[in-house]
Amino acid sequence: MAQTKLQVTKAKEGEEIIACDKVNKWFGSLHVLKDVSLSVTKGEVVVILGPSGSGKSTFIRTINALEEIQKGQIHIDGINLSHDVKNIEAIRRETGMVFQQFNLFPHMTILKNITLAPIWVRKKPKAEAEKEAFELLERVGIPEQAHKYPGQLSGGQQQRVAIARALAMQPEIMLFDEPTSALDPEMIKEVLDVMKELARSGITMLVVTHEMGFAREVADRIVLFDEGEIIETGTPTELFDNPQHERTKLFLSQIL
Amino acid sequence: MSSSLKPEESVKQTLEPPKSTLGINGWLKKNLFNSFFNSILTVVSVLVIYFILKGSITWVFTTAQWAVVTENYRLFMVGQYTIDQLWRVWTCLGFVSLLFGLSAGIWKGTIRNLSIVLMLLYLVHTIVPFVSSTGKMWLAINIAIILAGYFIGPRLPKSKAITLVGWFISFPLIIFLLNGFGVFSPVKTNIWGGLLLTLLISVVAILGSFPIGILLALGRTSKLPIIKYFCITYIEIIRGIPLITVFFMAQIMIPLFLPEGFEINNVIRVMIGATLFTAAYMAENVRGGLQSLQRGQFEAAKAIGLNPVHSMAFIIMPQALRAVIPAIVGQSISMFKDTTLVAIVGLIDLLGIAQTVKANPEFLGRHMEVYVFIALVYWVIAYSMSYSSRRLEKSLGVGER
Repeated sequence: MAQTKLQVTKAKEGEEIIACDKVNKWFGSLHVLKDVSLSVTKGEVVVILGPSGSGKSTFIRTINALEEIQKGQIHIDGINLSHDVKNIEAIRRETGMVFQQFNLFPHMTILKNITLAPIWVRKKPKAEAEKEAFELLERVGIPEQAHKYPGQLSGGQQQRVAIARALAMQPEIMLFDEPTSALDPEMIKEVLDVMKELARSGITMLVVTHEMGFAREVADRIVLFDEGEIIETGTPTELFDNPQHERTKLFLSQIL
Repeated sequence: MSSSLKPEESVKQTLEPPKSTLGINGWLKKNLFNSFFNSILTVVSVLVIYFILKGSITWVFTTAQWAVVTENYRLFMVGQYTIDQLWRVWTCLGFVSLLFGLSAGIWKGTIRNLSIVLMLLYLVHTIVPFVSSTGKMWLAINIAIILAGYFIGPRLPKSKAITLVGWFISFPLIIFLLNGFGVFSPVKTNIWGGLLLTLLISVVAILGSFPIGILLALGRTSKLPIIKYFCITYIEIIRGIPLITVFFMAQIMIPLFLPEGFEINNVIRVMIGATLFTAAYMAENVRGGLQSLQRGQFEAAKAIGLNPVHSMAFIIMPQALRAVIPAIVGQSISMFKDTTLVAIVGLIDLLGIAQTVKANPEFLGRHMEVYVFIALVYWVIAYSMSYSSRRLEKSLGVGER
């Protein structure tokens, strides 16, 4: 299924949407990203794997400038991610992000959480934003929770709201930073199902995860990180069934 | 998502929790006499409370001579405000009553309880003999205004907007009315006094320090070094000096900075001093609130594309301020009580009046009554504030955790 989808999007859009060129980042004297270069085409689903502390979360957070980079270039949809505040805000409007800890706004209802950015950033009329919010809640399967507060929802439901909130800005790219790592096992599936549906809809996705099943089923391409470097990239079949690099083999043997 | 793991047949009717079977004796035994030492403690406490109450009540009703309070009542309330201009103070009070009434009708809850307390205070004053008949008339009008506001408020179109605007303009309006500013005959601020002055200074200090405090707190967490160190210096200097020195400096130093011939009167100077002083403490309270927020909240706000102003206004501040309501109200209460220090720099606030009154040979040696009375006044207001704060915390706690 992943294969057919790849062909469809490539035929239709295919042009480069994320271009990272020799990205470097240090935390103090710790070199966390070393010459990371990655190109993602529109509609592609890229899953980033790697052991903890390998820099994969830091990398995905550089894409919407939550982490500053010290060397290298990142272009999102042609916009240069520099220190220019205008560019950063433009890029953040194009990208949605889902966090490990959901990060919903606890003092607002679910509906307010979702409609806040469309109303204030996209300047949509309230009624229209709410109508779209209900459609999104429908899409992630929890329309009946709109008027509750995040604290009243289960972890899985909160993460699905977080996905809806990110989608409400109609982003070109969705970034997922370990979206299921903080969830109880029985809730992981409901979130993954939503993400699979998203992947099928053709949106560009960058997913940091430890869910191998998800990676194998949904990813167009898998990127393996270790110690701040990209070790290997390839389709799920290539990477899982025929890994080239020693460190990839080691990582897979520890996980599978 | 109703996934219950229970099989059908095991679903039982939910049981009520067992009723408490303690009677009065049981309650006494459980709470007061559950051990030998607790029984002794209970007996001793009861004795102590008995003697304190007996002493106070005897003093209040037999020994104390309240004439010193009742005959100077107007002084305590408004100081030496010109008597034939008192209608202006009453009008201000009427306006505040109207706002209380409207808000009580619209929002119910805490503000309604506060309005009821206000009305009871008015009512008590209409009954006591020492209030003049004009005063009683005005008080009756005020009661009527609160009631009218309460019942009309919810029916008014755009009532919320009108009431909020009313609160917003109330302060400048009151200052305008009290001072006159050329429209009415001027009443110089140096004869404003008593509770009126105390309230004015505290309200200015509390409301004014709030925005300044927020800005200072944000400045202190700023990445720009000049702003950051300016705020740190300001906060640490102010927190390091006593309020009374700030008042003295305000009285003596502010005139030095002003151009020749330009004069700010002493009440305004004290208000500026109190505001700047409280702002430093507010800043630290707000900063505490900012630190209690998880980093994820800032990141999520950025990630959905909000600009810094929106993210502050909708995400950060509402949560940060909610977290420190008790501290902010505590600061406000302490500012309210600290306004008593203005008596030292020559303003005659409630405490200043007390000093004057007890110096009057006619009431020689009656200082106890005076201080008990003003303590009661301070307590009623301070307790109203802390009560509102508790209610506010509860009502804002919706959906948290």
